[in-house]
Amino acid sequence: MTVETSPILSIVTFLPLLGALFIAFLPATPGGDRNARHTALYTTIFTFAISLLIWINFDTRTPDFQFVEDVAWIGPFRYKMGVDGISMLFVILTTFLMPLCILASWESVTKRVKEYMIAFLVLETLMIGVFCALDLMLFYLFFEAGLIPMFLIIGVWGGNRRVYASFKFFLYTLLGSVLMLLAMFAMATTAGTTDIPTLIQVGSTKFSPDMQWWLWLAFFASFAVKMPMWPVHTWLPDAHVEAPTAGSVILAGILLKMGGYGFLRFSLPMFPAASMDLAPFVFTLSVIAIVYTSLVALAQQDIKKLIAYSSVAHMGFVTMGIFTFQQQGIDGAIFQMLSHGIVSAALFLCVGIVYDRMHTREIAAYGGLADRMPVYAAVFMVFTMANVGLPGTSGFVGEFLTLLSAFKANTWVAFFATTGVILSAAYALYLYRRVVFGALEKPSLKAIADMNSREIAIMAPLVILTILLGFYPALLLDVMAVSVKQLVMNFETALAQSTAAVAQ
Amino acid sequence: MIYLAIVFLPLAGALIAGLLGRAIGDRPSEVVTTTFLMVAALLSWLAFYQIGLEHETARVPVMRWITSGELDASWSLRIDTLTSVMLVVVTTVSALVHLYSIGYMHEDGGRARFFSYLSLFTFAMLMLVTSDNLLQMFFGWEGVGLASYLLIGFWYHKPEANAAAIKAFVVNRIGDFGFALGIFGIFLVFNSVNFDQIFEAAKTAENTTFSFLGYEVDILTTLCLLLFMGAMGKSAQFLLHTWLPDAMEGPTPVSALIHAATMVTAGVFMVARLSPLFEYAPAAKEVVMYVGTLTAFFAATVGLVQNDIKRVVAYSTCSQLGYMFAACGLGAYGVAIFHLFTHAFFKALLFLGAGSVIHAMHHEQDMRNMGGLAPKIRLTYFAMLIGTLALTGVGIPHLIGFAGFHSKDGIIEAAFAGHTPYNGVFWVLTFAAFLTSFYSWRLIFMTFHGNTRANPDVFKHAHESPLAMLIPLGVLSLGAIASGFVFTEFFMGHHYKEFWGSSIHEGPNNHIIHAMHDIKQEWVYWAPFAAMLSGFALSWLYYISAPWLPEATARTFRPVYLFLLNKWYFDELYDWLFVKPTMALGRILWKRGDGAIIDGTIDGTAAGVQWTTGRATRLQTGYVYHYAFAMLIGVAAILTFFLRSLIFSGGAGQ
Repeated sequence: MTVETSPILSIVTFLPLLGALFIAFLPATPGGDRNARHTALYTTIFTFAISLLIWINFDTRTPDFQFVEDVAWIGPFRYKMGVDGISMLFVILTTFLMPLCILASWESVTKRVKEYMIAFLVLETLMIGVFCALDLMLFYLFFEAGLIPMFLIIGVWGGNRRVYASFKFFLYTLLGSVLMLLAMFAMATTAGTTDIPTLIQVGSTKFSPDMQWWLWLAFFASFAVKMPMWPVHTWLPDAHVEAPTAGSVILAGILLKMGGYGFLRFSLPMFPAASMDLAPFVFTLSVIAIVYTSLVALAQQDIKKLIAYSSVAHMGFVTMGIFTFQQQGIDGAIFQMLSHGIVSAALFLCVGIVYDRMHTREIAAYGGLADRMPVYAAVFMVFTMANVGLPGTSGFVGEFLTLLSAFKANTWVAFFATTGVILSAAYALYLYRRVVFGALEKPSLKAIADMNSREIAIMAPLVILTILLGFYPALLLDVMAVSVKQLVMNFETALAQSTAAVAQ
Repeated sequence: MIYLAIVFLPLAGALIAGLLGRAIGDRPSEVVTTTFLMVAALLSWLAFYQIGLEHETARVPVMRWITSGELDASWSLRIDTLTSVMLVVVTTVSALVHLYSIGYMHEDGGRARFFSYLSLFTFAMLMLVTSDNLLQMFFGWEGVGLASYLLIGFWYHKPEANAAAIKAFVVNRIGDFGFALGIFGIFLVFNSVNFDQIFEAAKTAENTTFSFLGYEVDILTTLCLLLFMGAMGKSAQFLLHTWLPDAMEGPTPVSALIHAATMVTAGVFMVARLSPLFEYAPAAKEVVMYVGTLTAFFAATVGLVQNDIKRVVAYSTCSQLGYMFAACGLGAYGVAIFHLFTHAFFKALLFLGAGSVIHAMHHEQDMRNMGGLAPKIRLTYFAMLIGTLALTGVGIPHLIGFAGFHSKDGIIEAAFAGHTPYNGVFWVLTFAAFLTSFYSWRLIFMTFHGNTRANPDVFKHAHESPLAMLIPLGVLSLGAIASGFVFTEFFMGHHYKEFWGSSIHEGPNNHIIHAMHDIKQEWVYWAPFAAMLSGFALSWLYYISAPWLPEATARTFRPVYLFLLNKWYFDELYDWLFVKPTMALGRILWKRGDGAIIDGTIDGTAAGVQWTTGRATRLQTGYVYHYAFAMLIGVAAILTFFLRSLIFSGGAGQ
């Protein structure tokens, strides 16, 4: 059996679940926590290794879905999985970040370790499922169920205000998911199928422009909250602040990408007319997100909040890029999501490292760490620069491509969005200065230790990837190129058809 | 191959010192980086010979970079005369600064880090000057910005150094904002960011318009001005200059390398490199010329009254960069680059000399606490003297002179030949030459002559610098003396076109260099000479003959004095205009926007929900159950509906 014919996507998706089951049946002996940790680590590493087979065997010359599995499931729904150039890399990103999350929780999580590991492994299954699902119902299940372990992670292992945070998270996402469900309902009845590839083909013709508007808005309600876009972003800073480090990593690294992925998988191909009509609306929100949240980031006194706000700003580039409907914009948006998945994850891990030592996220509690933590200072600098979008880091490529494309679409959008490069420099360097530079004067910091080998092992791959992708982004851009080209072409054809239809 | 070696040796050095520095120690890091740079410098002179004199050009592909749709930017080296001049400047000054730093930084703990940054900077700068497309140029551009940020803030314990580092980066980013928009616009118009394609198509874009921010504007003028905004940031031109004086918080070798000889000249290089664009955007050229002229004047006025030895030299740099831009704006790119070339030697010399003074005086930088140092540090004194002679442009017209005499007077002549309204540019630049001469000699007199005002203890222990520092001073002195008369003929002589080849483009109406050669009025050649001489004389009067005069003048013209001392109040203005409002806006948006308005609404809803659900007590788990339950209901609903419709349609007889 070759990789192409094996159900590799299902294997990668459900391996973590298997690991979770295994942990669940581990006896609660004194060494139980240790066993749970190790099982989780090996499971995630193994999953990552297998997922690399997907990448290795992925054919970058075709825009079609690959490794497709299709079996009958409940009633009319099919269990259909498959990846294309847009979704494949998100699967890899997920499997890549997971072992790092487990490692990051190695010492900092001591309460209910078993349950914690189970929550993470279940979460991994659900997240991978989102990116592989090719049936509406399957997608919906993965998409919404993924929130449950995340609630738990924030609600059980979170900080002091975890109840408020998870409640807010809940309220925001609930509204979006209800609307999305209704929309899926309408799509299924109108088109007579829940098969995503079919819907991509026929969506633009089956759904009238009016209906597209409603469907688009309903999906938007869900994706915009997930992104998150301004003004439905305020759950994110709170959720990040309260979440444990690994929770923040997954939240910023993967969960935020589901909105952008959703736009590319559903909104653009299935509702092109509405997407076109509503692009100015998205541009406006994106630009506000970039400028507004960057300014807010400047005023933050909590490290995690600052990075959370900067995430919102970076996601603004993503939505802006997607709705330019051009190759560069969408390439840039996907790249930006992947890069942000690495960089913001790394930044939250950086915060975790000092939080584990000092148990505070107050910026004012730090200063002068460079003296005692030179390795940490260097690592943090790399990611600060990637966050600022310095060329030579992965952060630059996505920002540049989306802005380049935005300039073609609308110079005003590009003009305001580009101010983001100034503001991001201001808030990121201001943060770095207050935490790492300056004289080490606070007595509590006098004995702080530099990164240990476990922490270095977590950071090293992230540092390497950030720089590698900055210098050789073709590694990812080549994977997505054909699929994005197809998406743009289909979009343009569909649009031409619908305008022709209107003209008649 | 030698080009690859020139560019990547510094990177190798940076990586070795940066990654292994702690393992191999400080001294090996110094030796490795310095040796690599020396090799790169020798190779650069070889390349300069081959390209400038034997007219070789080359394109060296390195690797793919960003490919997306029609956008195709790769890593590659573009080697032509313009590049080779920059290679020589960058690697020579960098190698000498590396060597100098071994002596200057010997007491410092983080030397491996320091040398790693220096080499990293050199690599980024080399990527900038060898770029074959706008994107790689932008990479180098931001890369040198990063290195500059790291080096200004090298002594990270000092709050002023940290503030200066951030200021440098952010102000540069403001310029880069324009640069980036310019690149986007170029891609929109030319569908490429590669120089060859852009330059080829530039002429076809002449006098065409596009819509930018709702206005129909001339394409090339707009794009050139946007790109020039980047140059203004990097080269510290008027309005975006405020970071440069503050950047003096960094170690002095850094000031010599980055903030005098190389990085700050990147803007001038950019305009020269993009001459095929600027030549078709006369309005943009005019702006470049006036901004340059204004900066040359403005910075010179501020330089008159500064007391920190490094800041005087910094303002002088800012002013000289203004000269270069003025030349670019006039279309005399060759002359601009010539001044860039000679300036690199004598300004690096002045900075390293200042560093030697500071070293001798145990980190004293205030000239009010110096004086009478000439006998104590005689070699440094001579080096500074040579630098000053070169900067002020001492020389005999039509004959020979120090480096600055050839290049700076060349610019002033070009300004005359350019026939600006009322010869304004010519007169302002000549007057700025007078100011230059005054503040340069003021520096020499206040530091080295007269009775000392130094702390007696410090003065007693003032000592000459070690050999590692004196050798670079010697080599640079040679450059400050000879780089002018040796190279004049190539850079701006009658056969300058042969030398420059295709690396600099001159439009069909651009005859500025010929016009410069054909100036009939003899007094034009003597005007800068007179300015230089009177500046010296006045300085002598103020600081040697009548040392009470400066204070009396400052008292009499107090408002003017304060205005200049406070650098035309730009920092205060910007703080009031931009920094404070931005921070305040951030706070307001956070507390009011996110807090009161958005969260207020949400919390209101939340309270409502909480109330209706009867105040669930075990919140966190309660919600999860609700959520899972809602989701399952949804799935069930869809399923039922779907099955039902299937059954119905089945019943309809399909």
